[in-house]
Amino acid sequence: VADGGRTSLRMQDTITDDLGATDGALPAVRESDLRRYLPGVEPERQLDDWGRSERVEGFYDRYVVDFYYRYWFRCEVEGVENVPSTGGALLVSNHSGALPPDAAMIGKAIREEHAHPRPLNITIEHFFKGYPGFSMLLPKIGCVAAHPANVHRLLRDEEQLVLVFPEGRKGTEKLYKDRYKLRRFGRGGFVEAAMRARTPIVPVCVVGAEEAAPIFAHINVLQRLTGLLYAPLSPIFPGALFLPAKIRIRFLEPIYFDRDDAHLDKSYVQTVAQEVRARIQENVWEMVKRRGSVWFG
Amino acid sequence: MNSRRVLITGLSTYWGGRLAQALEQSDEIEAIIGVDSRDPTLELERTEFVRVGTQHGLLRRIVDAAEIDTVVDSRLVPDSTVMSARDAHENNVIGTMNILAACSGPDSAVRKFIFKSSTHYYGSEQDDPAFFTEAMGRPHPPRTPIERDIAEAEATVADFAEKSPDVSVSILRCANVLGPDVATSHTRLFSLPAVPMILGFDPRYQFVHEDDVVAALEHTVAEDLRGIFNVAGDGVLAFTEVVGLLGKTYAPLLPPWGTSMAVAALRRAGLRIPPEMLQQLRFGRGVDNRKLKATGFQYRYTTREAVIKLAEHMRLHPVLRGVQEPYRYEREVEDFLRWSPHVRNPTYRKEGRLTPGEAVELQKTLASYGERVGAPARGSRHIQSQAAMRAAEAGEGSQPVGEAARAARDTTNGAGAETPAPPPSGMEADALAPPPAPPDPPAPPPPRTEADAPAPPPPPADLRAPVEHYDDLAADEIVGLVDSLEGDDLGALLDYERAHESRPRVVSAIEGVLARRRTGQRG
Repeated sequence: VADGGRTSLRMQDTITDDLGATDGALPAVRESDLRRYLPGVEPERQLDDWGRSERVEGFYDRYVVDFYYRYWFRCEVEGVENVPSTGGALLVSNHSGALPPDAAMIGKAIREEHAHPRPLNITIEHFFKGYPGFSMLLPKIGCVAAHPANVHRLLRDEEQLVLVFPEGRKGTEKLYKDRYKLRRFGRGGFVEAAMRARTPIVPVCVVGAEEAAPIFAHINVLQRLTGLLYAPLSPIFPGALFLPAKIRIRFLEPIYFDRDDAHLDKSYVQTVAQEVRARIQENVWEMVKRRGSVWFG
Repeated sequence: MNSRRVLITGLSTYWGGRLAQALEQSDEIEAIIGVDSRDPTLELERTEFVRVGTQHGLLRRIVDAAEIDTVVDSRLVPDSTVMSARDAHENNVIGTMNILAACSGPDSAVRKFIFKSSTHYYGSEQDDPAFFTEAMGRPHPPRTPIERDIAEAEATVADFAEKSPDVSVSILRCANVLGPDVATSHTRLFSLPAVPMILGFDPRYQFVHEDDVVAALEHTVAEDLRGIFNVAGDGVLAFTEVVGLLGKTYAPLLPPWGTSMAVAALRRAGLRIPPEMLQQLRFGRGVDNRKLKATGFQYRYTTREAVIKLAEHMRLHPVLRGVQEPYRYEREVEDFLRWSPHVRNPTYRKEGRLTPGEAVELQKTLASYGERVGAPARGSRHIQSQAAMRAAEAGEGSQPVGEAARAARDTTNGAGAETPAPPPSGMEADALAPPPAPPDPPAPPPPRTEADAPAPPPPPADLRAPVEHYDDLAADEIVGLVDSLEGDDLGALLDYERAHESRPRVVSAIEGVLARRRTGQRG
C-alpha cells in the first residue's frame, strides 16, 4: 500500500517554474502573488481545506495532549516569545523518539504559553498518507505532508506556522546510544522553503523526548510484516505508554532573510542550514548539561 | 481577440450543449456551429448542428467555410465507465489530434482554441501536494488508461500551441463535476444508500458545480486566456464530510490491501468503480483554482455548496421523476422552427415588440427594399448574374447554377405564403444565384455579397433606410423577418445594415439565410 520514498522540502524544477517568468507557448506560470484569491473560510465547516478538523483536534488536545503536556512530561518552555505572533514562520526542531512526542508538545506549548496562540502545522512523511488509519487521522490533527508546495502555500500564502524536522526519520530511528546527536539536516530544503516564502526560521530544541520513547534496536522482520517505516524494540512499542521523562522546549531567536533571491544561492542555503543545526545542537547539549535528572529535570 | 464565430466540437456532450446555450445569449457571438456524431441532447435556438465525427477533412472544410475564429473542444471523456478504453482513446486522443489538424495550417482563421481537460491529468498519488497548481504537471507517469489519454491529449494540444503561436490556446482542467444534470461515477456512488470507502482512508475531494464549468468555458471564449487553468470550486472537503452533507452513511467496505480485488467483486454485484476513481478514493486530490480567479472569473458555488445542491437534487429527484419529457432532437422540427416564416409564436421566434400587423407591414416594406434602392442594387444584380455565369463555367459539375436556382425557388415558394411572390423568371433565378460560386458546394464560404464584385459597393450615403426608424428596431425583430424576404432585398438590406448599425446578429442572420438559399436546403 504505502511505499516509503524520500520526503524532501527541496523544490523540484517543475515547481520552481511556478514562480518564474512567462515563457513557452503554454504558460502555466502563475502570478507570483495570488494571496488575495485564497478561498474564504466557510464558517459552517468543521474541517479546513487541509483536512484539519476542529472537532477531532479539540478532542485530541483535551483528552490526550493536555494530559501528557501537564502531568506526564511536565513540559517546561523557554523563549516562546521568539515565535512570531503574525505572519508565517518555519519552526525547525530536533526529532527523536520511537513514536515522537515532540511535535505535539511543541504545538501545545505554543497554544498554552504564547501571547497569541496559533495553530501549528506539523509536516510529516508522505508515507503516512499511504498507510490506512494514519492517512485518515493525522491530517485531522494538523499534520501536513512535507511537500515543498504545501510548505510554501502554508508559509507564504496562508501565513501560518509550520514545524519541520529536517532530520526526518533518520532522527526518530536513531538508537538510544546516539541520543542528542543530531543527524544530517537533509540537504537544506527547509532553508530554501523559508527563504522562498520570505519567512523567518525559528530553531527549536527539545530535550527529554529521547528518554520518553527510547529505541534499543530495530526488528527488521516486524518492519517488513507491518509495512511501517520502522519497527523498533522500545518500551513503548507496541502500545505501552511513554516513559515519564521531563520534556524541556526552548525556542531560539528567529533567523530572518532579507534577500529576495537568497534561495537560489546554494552555498548560502547550505551555510544557513549548517548554522541552524549547530545552534540547535549547542543548545541541546547545554540543556542536557544543566539537566539534573532525566525524570524530574 | 474577440470571438465571434465559434465551432463547438462535441455539441452533443453535456458541456457542448450547455456552452452553445450560453453563447446563444451573447450578442457578441454571431455564429455558433456545433459538430458531433450524435444528435444534440439539449434544445438550441440559433446554433447550427452539423452531424460529423472528427474526420479532419470534413471539419477543415466547415472551419474554413464558416471562417471560424474560435474552436471549443468539449469532447473529452474523463470517465472510463462511459465507454471502452479503446473508444475513449479514439475519442480523447485521436479525436483531439484530428480537430487540431482541422484548425492548423497557415491560412486557418482560427485564433483561439479551448480544450476542456480534467484534473485527472494530475493523477492521485501518495506523495502529491495538497494543492496542484497548473505548473506542476504529473509527478508520476499515468496509471490508468484514462489518465494516459488525458496526458497524451494535452501533450498534443501543447504541441499545437507551440507550433501556432498566433493561436491563443487555453486548457481548462476541470475537477470532478457535481450537479443535478450530469451523471458521473461519483454521482452514482453517492446515490447508493451507503457510500463505500476504503477502510482507513478519508481522501480530500474537490468538486465543481456544472454551471461553473459552463461559465468557465464561456469566460474563456469571452476573454483571452492563454495557458492552463484549473477549474474547481473553492474549498476541499474530506470524503466523510461530503457523505455527511449528502445525508448518507459511509461504509468503509473496501479493504486497504487488495482493494482492486474487492472492486472486481463489487463489479460483479453491479457497482463499477473505475480505476482512476479508486486512486482518488485512496489519496484524494486538491487543486489550486486561484489562477482562473485572478483572470476575473467568479465561481458561483464552492465545493460545499455544489455538494449541497446535489443533495437537494437527490432528495427531489424521486418526486420529479417523469414530470419533464427529455428533449429529443428531430432535424425536421428544428429546421421548421428555425427557418419557416409561419413560426410566429414569440417563444419560438423572438419577434419581440412588434404586433403581427406591424410585422406584416414592416415585412411588406422591406420586401420591396431592393427595388427602391434602385440603381446600385440593380447594378449589383447585373454583376451578380455575370459572376454566376462565370462561376458556372468554371466550376463544371461542382454545383450547377440551375440547381441552386431551383432550390432557391423552392425556398421562395415555401416562404411565399405571405409574401407577394414575384413572377418566377430566369432573371430572378440569376439574381438569387451565388455571386462568387463556391468551389466547395457543401460548405461555401460565408457570403460577402459585395466582396468579390468588381464594382465598388454603393457608398453608404446613397442608401436610404429601408423603413423609417429601421435603426431603432430590435435585432430580434429584423432577424424574425429576414427569412421571408427575397434574395436581392436581403442583399440590399445587408448592405444597409453593414453601412449603418452593423449589428452582428442581424448581419449573420441575413448571411445565414442567403447562404442557405444558395446551397439549397439539403436537410
